[in-house]
Amino acid sequence: MKYVQEYRDSTLVKNLKNKIEELTTQSWSIMEICGGQTHAIMKYNIEELLPESITLIHGPGCPVCVTPLEKIDKAINIASRKDVIFTTYGDMMRVPGSKDDLLTVKANGSDVRMVYSPLDAVKIAESNPNKKVVFFAVGFETTAPANAASVLEAKRRGLKNFSLLASHVLVPPAIEALLSDSTAKIDGFLAAGHVCTVMGYNEYQPLVEKYKTPIVVTGFEPVDIMQGIYMVVKQLEEGRADLENQYSRVVLKDGNLAAKNVTFSVYEVGDMTWRGIGVIPNSGYNISEKYSEFDAEKIFDIEDLKVEEPESCIAGLILQGKKKPIECGEFGINCTPEHPLGAPMVSTEGACAAYFHYK
Amino acid sequence: MITCPIPKNEYEKVLLAHGGGGKLTHQLIEKIFVSQFNNELLNEQNDSAVFNIENAKLAFTTDSYVVQPIFFPGGNIGELAVNGTVNDLAVAGAKPLYLSTGFIIEEGLPFEDLWKIVLSMKEAADKAGVKIVTGDTKVVERGKGDKVFINTSGIGAVYNNLYISPRNCKAGDLIILSGKIGDHGIAIMSAREGLEFETEILSDTAPLNGLVEAMINSSKNIKMMRDITRGGLSSSLNEIASSAGVGIEIEEDKIPINEQVIGACEILGLDPLYIANEGKLVAFVNPNDSEKVLNSMKNHEFGIDAEIIGEVVEDHPGRVVMKTSIGSKRIVDMISGEQLPRIC
Repeated sequence: MKYVQEYRDSTLVKNLKNKIEELTTQSWSIMEICGGQTHAIMKYNIEELLPESITLIHGPGCPVCVTPLEKIDKAINIASRKDVIFTTYGDMMRVPGSKDDLLTVKANGSDVRMVYSPLDAVKIAESNPNKKVVFFAVGFETTAPANAASVLEAKRRGLKNFSLLASHVLVPPAIEALLSDSTAKIDGFLAAGHVCTVMGYNEYQPLVEKYKTPIVVTGFEPVDIMQGIYMVVKQLEEGRADLENQYSRVVLKDGNLAAKNVTFSVYEVGDMTWRGIGVIPNSGYNISEKYSEFDAEKIFDIEDLKVEEPESCIAGLILQGKKKPIECGEFGINCTPEHPLGAPMVSTEGACAAYFHYK
Repeated sequence: MITCPIPKNEYEKVLLAHGGGGKLTHQLIEKIFVSQFNNELLNEQNDSAVFNIENAKLAFTTDSYVVQPIFFPGGNIGELAVNGTVNDLAVAGAKPLYLSTGFIIEEGLPFEDLWKIVLSMKEAADKAGVKIVTGDTKVVERGKGDKVFINTSGIGAVYNNLYISPRNCKAGDLIILSGKIGDHGIAIMSAREGLEFETEILSDTAPLNGLVEAMINSSKNIKMMRDITRGGLSSSLNEIASSAGVGIEIEEDKIPINEQVIGACEILGLDPLYIANEGKLVAFVNPNDSEKVLNSMKNHEFGIDAEIIGEVVEDHPGRVVMKTSIGSKRIVDMISGEQLPRIC
């Protein structure tokens, strides 16, 4: 298969492994931002191939994991209403809210449907004019264009029964939050290839310069990740801090202009709460005033929800790379993929679930 | 009354995920059914129960089919219902003989659809050499079923007093997979979700009794077989590793998978190891006989793509470990509930 198997080539991986070993003279901590990368690292057990002096820290780039509890509770509140068809990507179904998850809401008789694209939710809205159809628009910059496009499409079709419950987070402000936190010791970053496919990587230049920390835009296959790590280690060993692009077969410096235009026609940047981390300024997208008729939070009257995280869940520390999942007392005991206490145990991209399945 | 053994801090109601073939399904079966029906035949937890009546060693099994859509690329619910039960008998080392069938039909099902289903059941039964000898029909109100559900049960005669059981598995035994995995699950998913791929992926639904007969004729040293259905290859291997108390090691590069299935899994964020099959089996074989068995499989229409994918090991009892295509090793866990597509 073209463009997949080539990047899982054992000889190429071995060459990179040897090169990283030759290069490394001291200990380095490298954070992969994206949950997709965390998943690949676990699935191929890439840590086994690295010298002991290199530590991979798993970053906050799992959209399921960082969606605030309050949003999950709002989703459950909306999904439980009789006049609603609630649509979502599959892995949001099992994320625990403060009481239930969407799977339980579905088992209780509500109409909760898994879709593969927000445009499918638009179609559902068109064929169910007597129902309010809500799509749970979760994700990083990557999913924003398609979600925004669904709003434009709903408007074009004149639909009055379609809306988004939006919860979008952005990578660069999260990296800045981690870099400005003196207790998080991260020497270099693998930036998320897919986010940069949409957004380009100009936004990272000021971070590299301000914090003198290497950032390498990296892909998701084993060869990509090994090469990304090699490029970061090479910079660190040479005392450089540059912005480099390993994923050049996909990522352009300015990103995908058409996708960005669609995103910014519907969304605007605003403050956002990250589950387990807290509010990060200017770190998310909100639906702009112009499209507020498609904003589920404006359409549905939801009283103030009281939200409480399970006290024993250390998701916040894990998402910031300060603790490893196995350092959590609940890991594998009271918290498993079947009965997660926190979101990182739910999605295959979550650090805890990845550890549980592959370690 | 005995209190429900599913702990209160877990789900209070049955979820779809309890039917996914993974850990939640196992928990349901163990805690609710096995704990109460508890007997030595059931406790074996094989695809069929095997027992002696007079001088005959028989295998007995049952399975229900609720697939949606009822017609899918490569088959329909009817032939699936026949093949599935035939296969559960075959992998117990039995020659499938007689099937029963129960229909739960939703009011409003077009007769034309029912007729198509019945014709394909007849064809599947003829192909597998079994007779459908008894049956039952119920009709439920519109909205109380999903077009049609079919149950089949089957009886077979065990070949030459064969004893197929995970208990036979020992370190050194080789594991043979009968062909490419994931076709059925992806065919259903693409029909259900309206996903279109350049080449259509067809369900692999097939009767495996002919293949099993060829294997048994080639060697007396087949220790364990299982047809890998819901939950995929990983669930079958994990079940066997845990009931046999042995470790299993497989090699990613040896596992045959259709390129279209790999592509579909990449797009959907799924892992082919967890995708359902309806015409594939794994066999655990003494290493001395593995080539003989493999050749017998490759000469059969439903085993052309058979491969030795791994072996039983002494280390890590109860666990399945895979050597990845890049040379590292990782655990292959049993799926928890349903496989949920990722966001990005």
